[in-house]
Amino acid sequence: MSDALSEDGSDINQDDSREEDVMTPVELIAKLEEAWLNEKFSPELLENKSEVVECVMEQLTHMEANLQRVKKGDAKASIHRMEIDRIRFVLSSYLRSRLQKIEKFFPHVLEKEKSRREGDTSLLSPEEFAFAKEYYTNTESYLKAVALKRMPPNLQTVDMLKAVPEPCLDSFVFLRVKERQENILVEPETDDQREYVVDLDEDSQHLMRYRTIAPFVSSGAVQLI
Amino acid sequence: MFCEKSIELIRELHRMSDGQLPAFNEDGLRQVLQEMEALYEQNQTDVNAAKAEGRADLIPSIKLRHCCLLRNQRCITAYLYDRLLRIRALRWEYGSVLPPNVRFHMCAEEVQWFGNYKKSLASFMRSLGGGEGLDITQDMKPPKSLYIEVRCLKDHGEFEIDDGTVILLKKNSQHFLPRWKCEQLIRQGVLEHVMS
Repeated sequence: MSDALSEDGSDINQDDSREEDVMTPVELIAKLEEAWLNEKFSPELLENKSEVVECVMEQLTHMEANLQRVKKGDAKASIHRMEIDRIRFVLSSYLRSRLQKIEKFFPHVLEKEKSRREGDTSLLSPEEFAFAKEYYTNTESYLKAVALKRMPPNLQTVDMLKAVPEPCLDSFVFLRVKERQENILVEPETDDQREYVVDLDEDSQHLMRYRTIAPFVSSGAVQLI
Repeated sequence: MFCEKSIELIRELHRMSDGQLPAFNEDGLRQVLQEMEALYEQNQTDVNAAKAEGRADLIPSIKLRHCCLLRNQRCITAYLYDRLLRIRALRWEYGSVLPPNVRFHMCAEEVQWFGNYKKSLASFMRSLGGGEGLDITQDMKPPKSLYIEVRCLKDHGEFEIDDGTVILLKKNSQHFLPRWKCEQLIRQGVLEHVMS
């Protein structure tokens, strides 16, 4: 009896994992677009989606290979070509906006990575982490070589964390709600305002401060637009 | 007045508004560094005097000089950092080889920084998607159509497109080419997108 149960149990588990793994191309592209828009509009760097990136790249190679087999001058071929171009644009644009944020906020991004607890997922993909580290050393040694080492002894270091501006989490973002959220505390902007609580209905659109809804962006409950 | 030279450096960059790179102002930088050295030495002697003879009246001027030193340091790093950002933008605009007139405006260390940046970016792009690689400096604009009409602005020689056909890019000739092949040439100013 117990054997049968455990077998059943393992079967269910397998099914579950299979369901997670199998994603139709349509779902995959939707995921990529979601990540792309969120990354484009959020002021800070979001968690990396390297799995999606890898899957999309696989998909692209696959599509390119399929295209090679199609006869020349086929009308379908150019439609597919267009589709490939579009997907590649979204993918590149997504990776570009991440890289831009890494470059813009590199000391803060690395600091966050350093203070990350064991087991927490990293914001950066391994490639991005390598890039950020190289960017940091490169920039730091450049400043040293050109100016800092020629300055008086007490002024030869610059605190990068203080010198490079932090991402502005108080900037406003447009968002669409995908899952209904209740009792969200909106902090006062000015001294004469008081904090209040709002409910976000599904499919409603809002303009809010990023700081307020940042957790819902990373959980996928809201979509930045 | 202290710090005027360093402000002048910042102003110089500010005047070049649209991300252009002015020549590296080695002379200006040296003058600021000299001013800093002088301020520092004066401060050292005053600090010693204040300690040895207990002259509290020297402290305000020490503080003033120290503020000037910090301000100079800040201005110089801002000047250098802003230049780096402009140089970075050039990598995305022109590709990995810079035109000579831009290179001429950079100092040796900047050229080195650019080389390192180029390398980091290249290895980042190569390692994307599990080692497959993707050039993310391409596809800067959302694609609207597969083929675009381009006009040659200068002689570029022969150019091969995907299906193996070779075309001659001659000045003032007009072609109908796949967009993804011409993007970089357009940015380099070899081709011009003809809008009908």
